Amino acid sequence: MRERRYIAERGLATSLYLALKLGRPLFLEGEAGVGKTEVAKILAALLDTDLIRLQCYEGLDVHHAVYEWNYTRQMMHIRLLEARGERTNEAELFGEEFLLRRPLLQAIEQSRQKPPVLLIDEIDRSDEEFEAFLLEVLSDFQITIPEIGTIKTQNPPVVIITSNRTREVHDALKRRCLYYWIDYPSFEKELEIVQTQLPQAPMQLARQITGFIQALREMDLYKLPGVAETLDWTTALVTLDQQALDPVIVDETLGAVLKYQDDIEKVQGQQARLILERVKAEAG
Amino acid sequence: MRSAFSCTGMHGAKKQLRGFRAFAVQISGRRVRGAKLNGALLHNLLLFGRVLRKLGLDINPGRMMDLISALDHIEIGRKSDFFYSARTLLVHEREDLPLFDEAFELFWRKPAESWNVEWQGLSRRRKRPGPIITPPALKEEAPQTNGSKSTSSQVMTVIEVTRTYSDRELLRHKNFAEMNAEETEAVKQLMLHLLWQVSERRTRRLRPGKGQRIDLRRTLRRSLRSEGEIFRWSYREPKRKPRPLIVIADISGSMERYTRLLLQFIYGMKAALSQPVEAFLFSTRLTRITRPLQIRDLDLALENVGQLVNDWAGGTRIGESLKIFNFEWGRRVLGRGAVVLMISDGWDRGDPELLKREMARLKQNCHRLIWLNPLLGAPNYEPLTRGIQAALPHIDDFLPVHNLASLEDLASRLAELK
Repeated sequence: MRERRYIAERGLATSLYLALKLGRPLFLEGEAGVGKTEVAKILAALLDTDLIRLQCYEGLDVHHAVYEWNYTRQMMHIRLLEARGERTNEAELFGEEFLLRRPLLQAIEQSRQKPPVLLIDEIDRSDEEFEAFLLEVLSDFQITIPEIGTIKTQNPPVVIITSNRTREVHDALKRRCLYYWIDYPSFEKELEIVQTQLPQAPMQLARQITGFIQALREMDLYKLPGVAETLDWTTALVTLDQQALDPVIVDETLGAVLKYQDDIEKVQGQQARLILERVKAEAG
Repeated sequence: MRSAFSCTGMHGAKKQLRGFRAFAVQISGRRVRGAKLNGALLHNLLLFGRVLRKLGLDINPGRMMDLISALDHIEIGRKSDFFYSARTLLVHEREDLPLFDEAFELFWRKPAESWNVEWQGLSRRRKRPGPIITPPALKEEAPQTNGSKSTSSQVMTVIEVTRTYSDRELLRHKNFAEMNAEETEAVKQLMLHLLWQVSERRTRRLRPGKGQRIDLRRTLRRSLRSEGEIFRWSYREPKRKPRPLIVIADISGSMERYTRLLLQFIYGMKAALSQPVEAFLFSTRLTRITRPLQIRDLDLALENVGQLVNDWAGGTRIGESLKIFNFEWGRRVLGRGAVVLMISDGWDRGDPELLKREMARLKQNCHRLIWLNPLLGAPNYEPLTRGIQAALPHIDDFLPVHNLASLEDLASRLAELK
């Protein structure tokens, strides 16, 4: 995984390995911005296979998750036949050429050749109805389309499910999966992530930024910064050609790290200066 | 390899072994592929599963089978691999992770003598109700029910027979704080018959109906009957669902007289509503009691709540408790148009600025914020305490909750919310 520039904990690697071996979905939970979605992308690259992503939202239904008929084409087809004076054949009208394949169907169809990685992103945003449906699909990896028949696969796709915990996902679904909680990384891990992702960042800057973010995570903030924020901030400062952090630039760019006004007010100024001094002292 | 995993704690737990020996036989009967698995390890593994179950983790035979087949794929001599494998397979709640870590440490590494002692400490820390190994004594202030179920049903029949209409009216309007044991029992029964219902919201899921959106699928299907000519369009409408409810109740000293009945009221509400109901209690710290409230038996549920909470009738720190709620739970349980019921008399000893800020945050994240105050039932009460003053600007409804009639009012108001 390191080759693909993803720094994984040993526990996560074990979970992934077992998910592959046991053919079970992996359920990843963690705060926003700790790299849950990234895991699926890297895994697809590692296995040299496709990544099929299903972004969840409330009201997600079969028509958007599994399949839909292409009604416009169907109607055109009817008109065309009419013009030629032929009668409409229903079986023909609901044939494969009028089928729009959505992520779940794609994943199952493709699995017949080479199982792809199926990423079901932010399941907590969907609703109970979709969860129940997903449970059914994940248990036997088959989908029934009334007009065509049942489509199934012997080698199921590799399934990664992520959740930000904005809602408790039902136990039944979690029970079917391997579970892993992605925590914020340690200082060393995070520094490594910054260095692999943004090699152009000066060493001193990278150390200071990582130290600063780690200090913020110990503070009493409404929304703690994730790894994504660390990388955003580093990118911003590299773009501004900064070699090191100073109080002024921290105050000016804090918006890249903290996303709530309350939090920014709390840190800006005095507090930021204190953290900065400590970070600099530690970095030597 | 063997020494690393042989469990010396087995002597102390031999009794436990008996019960699941049948399961072990079942497993070996199914010809588990785990060739590396020797008898002793299998036993220990199953015993470990048992231990976790007793700690309240959701472990079932299927999970254990998974773990055993996972052993085929890992280097079992490597402790960290075994640890992470067991963890990813057996735990599926973040809250359970620390408990699992400690149990693992204890089970696979400690000698027998210390095992039993530390083990009891661990069992006391478990979060969810389940089979209990050493149940801690109930706190005195915890709600205790007068007598067993048989007496309560007797009382109920007595009420039904003897209480006339006017008696019941009197009871409906009597302040909870002034009730004697018999009246409390009677109100308890009447409470169970309250009809709870929370208004619905439009979800973003569509279903066939008379809405604005055209349902192309059904339109086309129908048109096929007439050779593809569309005579009538079909439509879809948004599905409606009841709003989730969140109850945050004050159990500090000043609320003590109400606590028992309010807990029953929360329990009744949770049992009656089909949508998610989350419940929290606080005096100096915040405790989530949603899980114990799911227990079917009222008395058992309240007993479990009693064990979970350890700041009964303590001081009041509304602002700090709300902050914990907002930071740790807000994002997880609010949303989807939730209605929040805050139950407190507003006697706050904390920082009013903090309370103000957190009330504002709470208000922003929910659909409707209702403050229930038992003191509001008194005719000459005026909300002058600092706590209430700080909170008032952010409250949608400020309602009394001191007698049965006020609960009935609340019920009808919840059903009529927009």
